[in-house]
Amino acid sequence: MRLRALLSGRELSIVIALVVVVGVTAAVRPAFLNAQGLHDLFLNASVIALLAIGQALLVITRNIDLSVGSVMGLTAFLSGQLFLADVDTPVVLVVVAGMALGAACGAVNGALVAVAKVPALVVTLGTLYVFRGLDYGWASATGVRQVNADQMAPEFLAFGSGAVLGVPNLTLIALVALLVTGYALHNWRSGRELYAIGSNPEAARLAGIPAGRRVFTAFVVSGALVGLAGVLHAAYFGTINASVGTGRELAVVAAVVVGGVAIFGGSGSVRGAVLGALLLTTITSALPILGVPAFWQRAVDGAALLLAISLDRAVMLRVAARLRRERGLRRA
Amino acid sequence: MREKVVRWEVVLLLLCGAVFAFGSSGTPGFADAGNIAFLLQDFAEVALLAMALLPIVLTGEIDLSVASILGFCSALIGVLWDAGVPFETIVPLALVAGAVLGSVNAALVVWFGLPALAVTIGTLGLYRGLAYGVLGDGAVTGFPENYRPFATDAIPGTFLPYTMIPVLLVGLLAALVVHHTPVGRSLYAIGLGEQTARFSGIRVHRVKFALFVVSGVLCAVASLIYTLRYNSARADNAAGMELIAVTAVLLGGVSIFGGRGTVLGVASALLLMAGLRNVLFLDDVTNEVQNVINGLLLIVSVLVPVAANTLRGRRRPRLG
Amino acid sequence: MSPVLQLRDVSKSFQAVRALRGVSLSLHPGEVHALAGENGAGKSTVVRIIGGEHRPDAGELLLDGEPARFSSPRDARQRGVAVIHQEPVQFPDLSVAENVFMGRQPLRRGRRIDRREMHRRAAELFDRLGVPLDPTRPTRGLSIADQQIIEIAKALSADARVIVMDEPTAALSAVEAQRLFRVARGLAGRGAALLFISHRLEEMYQLCDRVTVLRDGALVSTDPMAEVPHDELVRRMVGRSVEQLYPERRADVGEPRLVVEGLTRVGVFRDISFTVRRGEVVGLAGLVGSGRTEVARAVFGVDGRDAGTVSVDGVALPAGDPRAAIDRGVALVPEDRREQGLVLELSIERNASLARLRDVSPGWITRRARERALARRWGERLSLKAGRLTDPAATLSGGNQQKVVLGKWLATEPSVLIVDEPTRGIDIGTKVEVHALLSRLAADGLAVLLISSELPEVLGMADRVLVMHEGRITAELPAADATEESVMRAATGGGA
Repeated sequence: MRLRALLSGRELSIVIALVVVVGVTAAVRPAFLNAQGLHDLFLNASVIALLAIGQALLVITRNIDLSVGSVMGLTAFLSGQLFLADVDTPVVLVVVAGMALGAACGAVNGALVAVAKVPALVVTLGTLYVFRGLDYGWASATGVRQVNADQMAPEFLAFGSGAVLGVPNLTLIALVALLVTGYALHNWRSGRELYAIGSNPEAARLAGIPAGRRVFTAFVVSGALVGLAGVLHAAYFGTINASVGTGRELAVVAAVVVGGVAIFGGSGSVRGAVLGALLLTTITSALPILGVPAFWQRAVDGAALLLAISLDRAVMLRVAARLRRERGLRRA
Repeated sequence: MREKVVRWEVVLLLLCGAVFAFGSSGTPGFADAGNIAFLLQDFAEVALLAMALLPIVLTGEIDLSVASILGFCSALIGVLWDAGVPFETIVPLALVAGAVLGSVNAALVVWFGLPALAVTIGTLGLYRGLAYGVLGDGAVTGFPENYRPFATDAIPGTFLPYTMIPVLLVGLLAALVVHHTPVGRSLYAIGLGEQTARFSGIRVHRVKFALFVVSGVLCAVASLIYTLRYNSARADNAAGMELIAVTAVLLGGVSIFGGRGTVLGVASALLLMAGLRNVLFLDDVTNEVQNVINGLLLIVSVLVPVAANTLRGRRRPRLG
Repeated sequence: MSPVLQLRDVSKSFQAVRALRGVSLSLHPGEVHALAGENGAGKSTVVRIIGGEHRPDAGELLLDGEPARFSSPRDARQRGVAVIHQEPVQFPDLSVAENVFMGRQPLRRGRRIDRREMHRRAAELFDRLGVPLDPTRPTRGLSIADQQIIEIAKALSADARVIVMDEPTAALSAVEAQRLFRVARGLAGRGAALLFISHRLEEMYQLCDRVTVLRDGALVSTDPMAEVPHDELVRRMVGRSVEQLYPERRADVGEPRLVVEGLTRVGVFRDISFTVRRGEVVGLAGLVGSGRTEVARAVFGVDGRDAGTVSVDGVALPAGDPRAAIDRGVALVPEDRREQGLVLELSIERNASLARLRDVSPGWITRRARERALARRWGERLSLKAGRLTDPAATLSGGNQQKVVLGKWLATEPSVLIVDEPTRGIDIGTKVEVHALLSRLAADGLAVLLISSELPEVLGMADRVLVMHEGRITAELPAADATEESVMRAATGGGA
């Protein structure tokens, strides 16, 4: 009962799936569960979780952002460039700059969606390539093909791989982001309005909710989180080129939908999205151990996305059928 | 629609003219017959993908998995060729594979009622992943010398490449079906009012299902051309080509919301983009910058009609 | 007492259609005011102007005697004017309490939503309304009656002084309607002004203090409800005698054309059997939501069926296949003209040929000349008033749009014609034409099934009336026995 109160049905099934995947993998190779294995797993999951939190904010409002991978690549590359310019750049400044650039990219997407009323799919499919192109353009204009760990500030790398009481810094940051966005979505009027916009845009208009402003803000906040993810990726891996984050949008959208955020908006939680990210990252890490080549990852992400939306649809049809039957009984 | 002073197709063709005029005057080598042939050939696969997408978008749906279907079929062709299967057998198998992948999209969208956007983002990843699954991350080359000319050479006595034959055939067929048959009429009716279409006896599900299957087959045709043209089957073949195809369709004046657009518009957009890409290529503009331009074109091509509608809407209140 | 809200000489046009012409209306605190009128009389335009969705072209709206201009529905609500729609627009994913308080949730320290307080206040509102709804449950799956209660609670929580109820009872059972009336009287008792719109005149007499009658967009009269006898009210609404509105007809009934047996769709309707014969107009009456429209959809094949058979001229129709139904001579003029009857953005001629694409496409090539000839032929036959046949259907008035839909279906040369709300939202002139047309078609040998929410229309047109209640046919009345009372009794579950 207590567990039911804490987690929704979907979240509970993800936790169970997680336990199964981890169990099977650990049975094949126990090292999967040692400190280093878990550490790596959480670090990988933390970056994707940040992206998933941002994406969830948008999907809840019935929007989508396919440009996340490119924005993440751009901000990761920015961190490298900042250190190339001055290896003593304060870490805080790098983080703030990355988030600001991410927010700016989000503002471009958001303005096109909320003000110009272009569907988010088209906007972000376009900016996926525009931002990535800027990334490569920047790389070739400055002649910087790759930034390596020895070119970055040691404190930055230490921050990326560091931990507090055994919990990686990145994971702590992802947790903070989760708590803050989760709190805002649950407790602020503007947070509830994001759900309202996604649940029924027409009703939101009648209720006088400033949908354009809310959606724009969601894009900006989401962009800032993606920017943060890019910087953290740089700090953690220590090697960056212009292709960081390529194709990541699929995994992120899949994580969000697997986590129970309805693709048509209006329901779901950032907690679910983070659990979805954790599950998909775990599967990805488990694949090579279970003897499956890593390049199956895209297929897994795609299949997970299809499975999740099919499941949502099946549940919806069952609920509709039940309502119909109940009405039928009342009528009989 | 009717109040428009200039048709969008005319605008596109004028822009085409401008690009080609600029190219022949400003870019050395552009106006060569050989270069024009290359330019056309270089866009053959995109053209097929765009013609596959056009009717789907007309009905208000979308297929983002086109480039991944191409990639999977290419990988399949590679594996089969590597295994010694004769090319004559490979061709129908590839077409069947395309049809099967298209049917999976169709079944999820039409039978299960899932949103096409989410489904085809999923299959975009799934099919590309399957391509890696069957072929791994290597490449298969050495395709038969007796077939490769069809993807690389010009028709004897002309500068037109062989690949223009399927492209033109598909284009003409699309124009005929979309603009002059009951099926074409149905596409517009579905895109502008799906319920009314159903109430008018149009078999909406059947039509949509068929469109996704046809899309898969056209992607398979494109994969044959692509594989032979580059003499290379790789799992990442044509990765990202869905962007160029979607851009061509929307730039061609097809509404992302369905129900509006013409084959001529999409053909003009393809020609414009092929010309632009060739001029940029000859002027040593990198692939990445070309991607930026494609991305911007995509956004602008949707922004313009939306903005025009908003302006018009302000002047004239909606009915009722 | 001075009126809380007034319309003064208000006019409003939509393109060529003059929806309101110099209408005046005043609502006083504590009164329930009826707004009566036929379809297309301008009632919904009045509602939209009061509710802040439209602005008047001429004339003014006064709130507490001061000229006011509502920029949006939200603006109107903030100034104490709320509209309860027939089918409320809500957030299905959110809780009942959140639907009531969206954008105005009670806050605690730190701008944090106070959920407990919100639920308490919602429960208190439902208490006051005498309807025990659980504030924490999601809104998805609630009945329309309960959704209306949420809307009323929303209005109450915003201290609404003017509450407009736009055909709130159209989809309610008798019990639910009585519950709503109790709530409405309670609101008026606390000093709110209510504007009540309904198709059922008895409800007005039961609930309202005064009545304003509209006809063709113009004001006819405003009087105390008790001073206008029933027949006089009908006369004012119609503007001519009933004889002029409905054609004199003598049914020459032949063999059965449409035979429906044991038709069932689980949870929607059960065991529906009826026959429509050559030359006959059969009325299908019942409340909105009683299953009338759903039966028509299943007969035509837009929806599937779980059991039962449908046959036309002795040939059985497959389930769920409108194309097959059309090919065997069934035509359905659907209830929602804009979403189901027409493709508004397509031209008139393309709409007209939509159900017969194959016939205008010999050899699978569509001929524009044939398409145009078809549209012209039916346009002339139905005296369609249109600029060019290449104009989008959206440019036509409601009445002419309906003529295009009728033409589109008559072009399929049907033997069975089902019409669902054929005169909703069209002017009286066209309405008379439509009635005459249906009568003529029946005389020519068609079997006509007429579904309508307007009882006078059913009674004026039908040779036989079937009445549905909660998914079953509860009465079958020959024209001679069908009266408003007998039909309503069967429609609200009172038995025939």
